[in-house]
Amino acid sequence: MNDQHYNFAYLDEQTKRMIRRAILKGLAIPGYQVPFASREMPMPYGWGTGGVQVTAACLTPDDRLKVIDQGADDTTNAVSIRKFFQRTAGVAVTTATPEASVIQTRHRIPEVALTEGQILVYQVPIPEPLRFLEPRETETRRMHALEDYGLMHVKLYEDIARHGAIATSYAYPVKVEGRYVMDPSPIPKFDNPKLAGCAAIQLFGAGREQRIYALPPYTKAVSLDFDDFPFEPTKAAGACAICGSDTSYLDEVIVDDAGGRMFVCSDTDYCASRAEGQP
Amino acid sequence: MDTQSLTGGFADAPVAAAHAFRAAMEAMARPGTIVTLAGAAPPAPLSVAAGALILTLCDPETPVWLAPSHDVAAVRDWIAFHTGAPLVAPAQAMFAIGDWTGLSPVTRFAIGTPEYPDRSATLIVDMPTLEPVGARLTGPGIRDAAALSLPEVQAFRDNAALFPLGLDFYFTCGDRAAAVPRTTRVS
Repeated sequence: MNDQHYNFAYLDEQTKRMIRRAILKGLAIPGYQVPFASREMPMPYGWGTGGVQVTAACLTPDDRLKVIDQGADDTTNAVSIRKFFQRTAGVAVTTATPEASVIQTRHRIPEVALTEGQILVYQVPIPEPLRFLEPRETETRRMHALEDYGLMHVKLYEDIARHGAIATSYAYPVKVEGRYVMDPSPIPKFDNPKLAGCAAIQLFGAGREQRIYALPPYTKAVSLDFDDFPFEPTKAAGACAICGSDTSYLDEVIVDDAGGRMFVCSDTDYCASRAEGQP
Repeated sequence: MDTQSLTGGFADAPVAAAHAFRAAMEAMARPGTIVTLAGAAPPAPLSVAAGALILTLCDPETPVWLAPSHDVAAVRDWIAFHTGAPLVAPAQAMFAIGDWTGLSPVTRFAIGTPEYPDRSATLIVDMPTLEPVGARLTGPGIRDAAALSLPEVQAFRDNAALFPLGLDFYFTCGDRAAAVPRTTRVS
């Protein structure tokens, strides 16, 4: 039930207007990080304050919300954010990907293809793909303005020089519509191909860093690579021990003190719905 | 101020604004898609959809410019009472509202800077008709191609050529609206 001591979806209306304007400019300039006046939320930075603010600005009472953390619906971060919006917005919730109209995610894209009418909200820790290469905001801003992304290719090249392959395995940079290089948040690079041509609206919120960016549906997002070292969406070799899927992204779980281990789907809803369907 | 200016806002602001924003976001994310934007009852000549956009997006932080077609006391008072948005010159406006003739030439509005392309104006264009026919739209948000009855083509071609700078447009007619952001290629 909606807790009437809060405004609908927690944030005040002026804050939501400010966030909504940032979201619209983000959609109009795909991949560009729009600054916004991030608010203090009743949870620490690093727990998805950016994603929560974007979700709060998007929710209507008719929505059905799904929250995942590394693919799982039942981890602390996912459970607490889901409860937060149940209490402050009174929205229905679900764990089933196809039934959700708004999905807030930490670091995964669901295995099931998203559809038109759905919104995927990413929690983003460091929105600036160039930040670890150039710490000054004034410089990275200029680099984006001048489309000066040589440094990123040098970084990927140095990966190859050192490791024999591009060792970047998550937060793998993409170029959006041939213009902005964007950090897709720390999703595994296995998920990168799902960014492009997605039917759903994808919104990215970084609370501490005060940035919002977006990918409209059916937008080009190309993972950076080289002709002789093409991008590879990798996953652990093996199949899920529960549902048997060999195409989904797998987590490795240590099961005993003797080094026993198993692989299971990172997307718990995908895994559960497959396991249910089996005799 | 006429007391009529005090009416016509959202009945339940948080919920009505949330529904209006979702429609406005769908429109901006899928250029050419016509959505319903209801809940507002603004004074003429503002359309219902334009009124809903103003109530959803404008506040004291967003300077607004009214084109001559819409620069009447009733509209000024309604915007002042419901949003508190300051009225300014075209070059300073974050939102410009009017008919196409009144807004043209659109080159007078802010298109952002290379460092901050988001610091650009959004134009809300009240149209006599709004139909999914006419100019062909392609680009991000559109799977194959969309069509929209735009007032002209050249202004939007010029605008798209400015990318990543440029203006973003909402077209409104009655309680319906569609959007054309700077990324959309018009032919």
